[in-house]
Amino acid sequence: MKALAGGYARAKDVAHALDLLAAADGMGRVLAGGQSLIAAMNMRLSTGDMLVDISRIEALRGVTVEGGTLRIGALTRHVDIGTDPLVAEHAPLLVQAVHHIAHAAIRNRGTIGGSLAHADPAAEFPACVLALGGTIHLQGPDGMRAVAAEDFFVDVFETAIAEGEILTAITLPLIEPGERHVLIETARRSGDYALAGLCLVKRAAGHRLSAFSVGPRPILAVAAMERLDAGDAAGAVQALRNEIDPPSDTQASAAYRRHLAGVLLTRALQDLTGETA
Amino acid sequence: MTISFGNPDRPNSYIGKTVPRPNAPRLVQGRGKYVDDIVLPRMAHVVFVRSPHAHARIGAIETAEAQGVKGVLRIFTGAEIAEVCTPWVAVLAHLKGLKSPPQHALAVDRTCWVGEPVAAVVATSRAAAEEAAALVDVDYTPLPAVTDMMTALDAATPVLHPDMGDNLAFRRLHEEGDVDAAFASAHKVVEARFKTARHTGVTLEPRSILVDWNPAEGQMTAWHATQAPHMMQTVFAKHLDLPEGRVRVICDDVGGSYGIKVHVYPDEVATAAIARIMARPVKFVADRLESFTTDIHARDHEIGGRIAVDADGKILAMDIDDWTAIGAYSVYPRTSAIEGNQVVNLCGGPYDFAHYRAQTSVVFQNKTPTCQYRAVGHPIAVAVTEGLVDMAAAAIGMDPVEIRRRNMYADDAYPVTSPAKMRFEGLSHHASMDKLMALMDYEGLRAEQAALREKGIHRGIGIASFIELTNPSPFMYGIGGARISAQDGCTVRMDPDGSIVALSGVTEQGQGTEAMLAQIVAEGVGVPPARVRVITGDTQVTPYGGGTWASRGAGIGGEAALQSALALKASILEVAGAMLQAPSEALDIRDGQVVDTATGEARMPLEELGRIVYFRGDTLPKGLPRELVQTRHFITSDYPFAFTNGVQASYLEVDTDTGEVKLLKHWCVEDCGRIINPQLVDEQIRGGIVQGLGGALYEEIHYDADGQLLNGSMADYLVPMAAEMPDMIVGHVETPTMESALGAKGAGEAGTAGAPAAVMNAINDALRPMGAQVTAMPFTPERILRAMGQIED
Amino acid sequence: MTEAFRDRIDIALTVNGEPVEARVPAGRHLVDFLRLDLGLTGAHAGCEHGVCGACTIQVDGQAVRGCLMLAAQADGAEVWTLEGLTEQGVIRDLQDAFVARNALQCGYCTPGMLASIKELLDMGGVPDRATIREHLSGNYCRCTGYEAIIDAVETVAQARAGRITA
Repeated sequence: MKALAGGYARAKDVAHALDLLAAADGMGRVLAGGQSLIAAMNMRLSTGDMLVDISRIEALRGVTVEGGTLRIGALTRHVDIGTDPLVAEHAPLLVQAVHHIAHAAIRNRGTIGGSLAHADPAAEFPACVLALGGTIHLQGPDGMRAVAAEDFFVDVFETAIAEGEILTAITLPLIEPGERHVLIETARRSGDYALAGLCLVKRAAGHRLSAFSVGPRPILAVAAMERLDAGDAAGAVQALRNEIDPPSDTQASAAYRRHLAGVLLTRALQDLTGETA
Repeated sequence: MTISFGNPDRPNSYIGKTVPRPNAPRLVQGRGKYVDDIVLPRMAHVVFVRSPHAHARIGAIETAEAQGVKGVLRIFTGAEIAEVCTPWVAVLAHLKGLKSPPQHALAVDRTCWVGEPVAAVVATSRAAAEEAAALVDVDYTPLPAVTDMMTALDAATPVLHPDMGDNLAFRRLHEEGDVDAAFASAHKVVEARFKTARHTGVTLEPRSILVDWNPAEGQMTAWHATQAPHMMQTVFAKHLDLPEGRVRVICDDVGGSYGIKVHVYPDEVATAAIARIMARPVKFVADRLESFTTDIHARDHEIGGRIAVDADGKILAMDIDDWTAIGAYSVYPRTSAIEGNQVVNLCGGPYDFAHYRAQTSVVFQNKTPTCQYRAVGHPIAVAVTEGLVDMAAAAIGMDPVEIRRRNMYADDAYPVTSPAKMRFEGLSHHASMDKLMALMDYEGLRAEQAALREKGIHRGIGIASFIELTNPSPFMYGIGGARISAQDGCTVRMDPDGSIVALSGVTEQGQGTEAMLAQIVAEGVGVPPARVRVITGDTQVTPYGGGTWASRGAGIGGEAALQSALALKASILEVAGAMLQAPSEALDIRDGQVVDTATGEARMPLEELGRIVYFRGDTLPKGLPRELVQTRHFITSDYPFAFTNGVQASYLEVDTDTGEVKLLKHWCVEDCGRIINPQLVDEQIRGGIVQGLGGALYEEIHYDADGQLLNGSMADYLVPMAAEMPDMIVGHVETPTMESALGAKGAGEAGTAGAPAAVMNAINDALRPMGAQVTAMPFTPERILRAMGQIED
Repeated sequence: MTEAFRDRIDIALTVNGEPVEARVPAGRHLVDFLRLDLGLTGAHAGCEHGVCGACTIQVDGQAVRGCLMLAAQADGAEVWTLEGLTEQGVIRDLQDAFVARNALQCGYCTPGMLASIKELLDMGGVPDRATIREHLSGNYCRCTGYEAIIDAVETVAQARAGRITA
């Protein structure tokens, strides 16, 4: 099908983008990498959008360490996250995620900000940022605000981004000595959305575990984290299976996904142990 | 004239060699010419308003708002199209009892599946037509939908077409021997239920057609992505009330067919009707979303099977109860009863046994119609047969290869007639199995499997023998009354420069038809293949023929090409004999030169002969025949079909915690008779295997209970992609058919026929120590874990 | 509609090395622009939802989905399609290998497949078969079963590596 867009404008900078959004009478739609949005437009799942193309705003691109955090510009593309040395050092979880996301040509245009704002419950990056305890930075007509990842993902394709706001960056804590990250998922084919997936972060303070494709949004598996901190692997598997509420669809039932999540946690823990050995 | 195929050093020995495809360089340079690439002056685009309901009565159709969209030219309802286009009924006389109601190009009173075209919007661009189509307001009254196959005939189920009396489209029972007695006295009886999922072809090029009607010439021209241009010529002429001779169907590059593009689609006929009405070119290119709801589906079967064996593993009897649901209409003109009929014909195919019963029940339902798709019925029959044979082997503790060796027809048993009454001219099951065992190192793999099992790694080896129906005669469709040509023709001519042009009624869908024909004609005439230009896919130009289906191109079209080439060679040599004052029997044509047969001495290049014939015919004896163009047709007559055979093997690993299957390697040894181009045959086999692997592991159209298609996108209907597919080892045994000088049988469907069964048997081989078994395709991780009892609901 | 939004957008870009100026509808994706406006029919619209890979082309040196990028976004971009790459001769070895190995049948996936492969080969080195398969995991081919394509890529990668070290 052919997309039916209401209009298009290319923003020069964030202020311009915010002006455009404000002028769009509620029909404004931020266009970044477009790898989900344009597909939806082509299927006429979204019509009449006033597209605010932010993809040329250079200030929103790139990775830096500042103020004791790793700052990733919203327009940083998947391919660049996969090769960025600072990301490799401080957030290897994201590098692992990149290899699972779609295919090379999609990774060349897809952006991390777009992925978070789109909030597909099966996507890797939202779960990564949640597991890492990241912060999402938004800018709107009233200025900037920061939202913790725990508070950012609301429902399927729904986030804390308010009307007229733009996601500008993600900040993540710098890696601490001995911190380890494991992303594990099972997909039907390479690059498909996962049937279920987990992000496991082990820090001195304890474990953080997020799960994706097992509910309407990525979830922080707090009960399983507590069992992991207690050294109870079997209990963690059971807790994880209890605290997720996966969907059933044409690819797999909720029961399968629940089972799979437990298997993946066992394997992620083996992966952690293996690294230690 | 005959060709000494046994002598690889014979002159002009192009048949049997890998020769590059003449059309490939064009396609790797982006110079293909697919229907959507063609733009004509005044061309309009049509988009169809499609039913969102599985079953509904159509009330008023409100088009005023749609008409207001910029670029919209005209909007048509079903009633308007029906004024110029007659409906069709897809039945065949030899499929006794098959029934189906009349089907219109656009639904008129009632719509019977989600996606059925209801109205058509014609605009200056596809985008404008889509925008308007979304604004056409159809008043639907939903009707109860029939969506479950196994209850379709229950008294409580509504009858989909009241005029038809019930939901049974077709039923055939075949019985041979005393099946009940054989089962009663058997050493072991094994029984299972199998399911093959509803598939669709997912041709990368969607269905496409561009039709122009020129009233001044009274000529309709359709550029059509089709496998059967002549069949479509007949269909357009008949249903639009045009003389057949005034319809021209042109088929340039086609972006994949696999059987999908050999059927009559209502939206394509509607496009032709609209072109007729508007007297201007109209293009329809399906988008991917409508492909899923409107391309034919296939393989939606549930099968109960039983096998009886004696203590030595000899098969005593098979009993098959096949059910399939075909959608709301039998598909024109090939019908939707063929697939079930094939299951009856093909089950037990490789095996020499006496007692056989098989029934197919074909029912209507409110889903997309199903019809013939690559390897029609074969993957189903092979999965059921080979699944049962493996289960029987396990039940008596016999190796799966051994039980097959004990039952396959001996290689010297032919000709023979199977219990399904299929006649086999010459097959090579044992030689093929021997070759497979050597290629895969079966014993070595078994040892590796056992060693890994000790380490908790669960690998499986699956074997599947099969037969494949190729080179169909009129017994397939023609005897049932369909104007579908089983014969094919080829015209070969020599032009003044000594180059050769071959026009063939078989078509190129990417399988390499034109390369194959060029090789045959080159050898037949005696010129290098590069001097042969092959033209296919134009009803106004080529001899009449059937096109591409049922693996007939090489066997039927190839023989016609060979015979026409040999006839041209004889004509050329008659002229040469007169020119050179030599008996033509003493002359030959080699590498584009007339030569002395005995010595090979060059006597005259063909371009010199061409110069004389075309420009200085006055110098030749008066009355000397000088017809440098010859046409021959070929049809099989000794056997209704040329069966081929083969055997496949799959080696895979099952992750018993996640249920995932990793394909490690795949083998196929097949016997398609004379091989014309080894590389093209191998790649047909490989492509076919992967299509079969898709069915085994991934592909399944899902509907809900209301008849809504749930996974109509490429993100949700999973096709096999590069990362998961294995490397494939392909081997051959050659048993040429004696029906033709060429001896070629088909190879297009062997891969797809056997691959799903091989994978199923391999998975079950891996799972057997755990007491689990899967028989419902696709074998998803979830189905495997459920079979193992790992999933708690 | 505000002054800033347009439903027709003026763009200037280079396509296959030639400057192009055009006015495009806001919703038109890049592969439709190439096919409908410029007559470059090499790249195909196979699914228009980013899954099949038939529309893969090269934009600013990277392989991208032509259906998941708007023509409006290509303003100022450098776009190469199979037609242009052919003229430049930069993938002639790959094209020859495709023909020799019969790594195509219907040819519909081939332009997108070649664009994806070019990106892989441009990275240098000799990728193993699993890496080639993974890199092409977003390009659907229904005809070949992929193996011939993998073979052709492997052959070219080896030949290029040999040429470099020789």
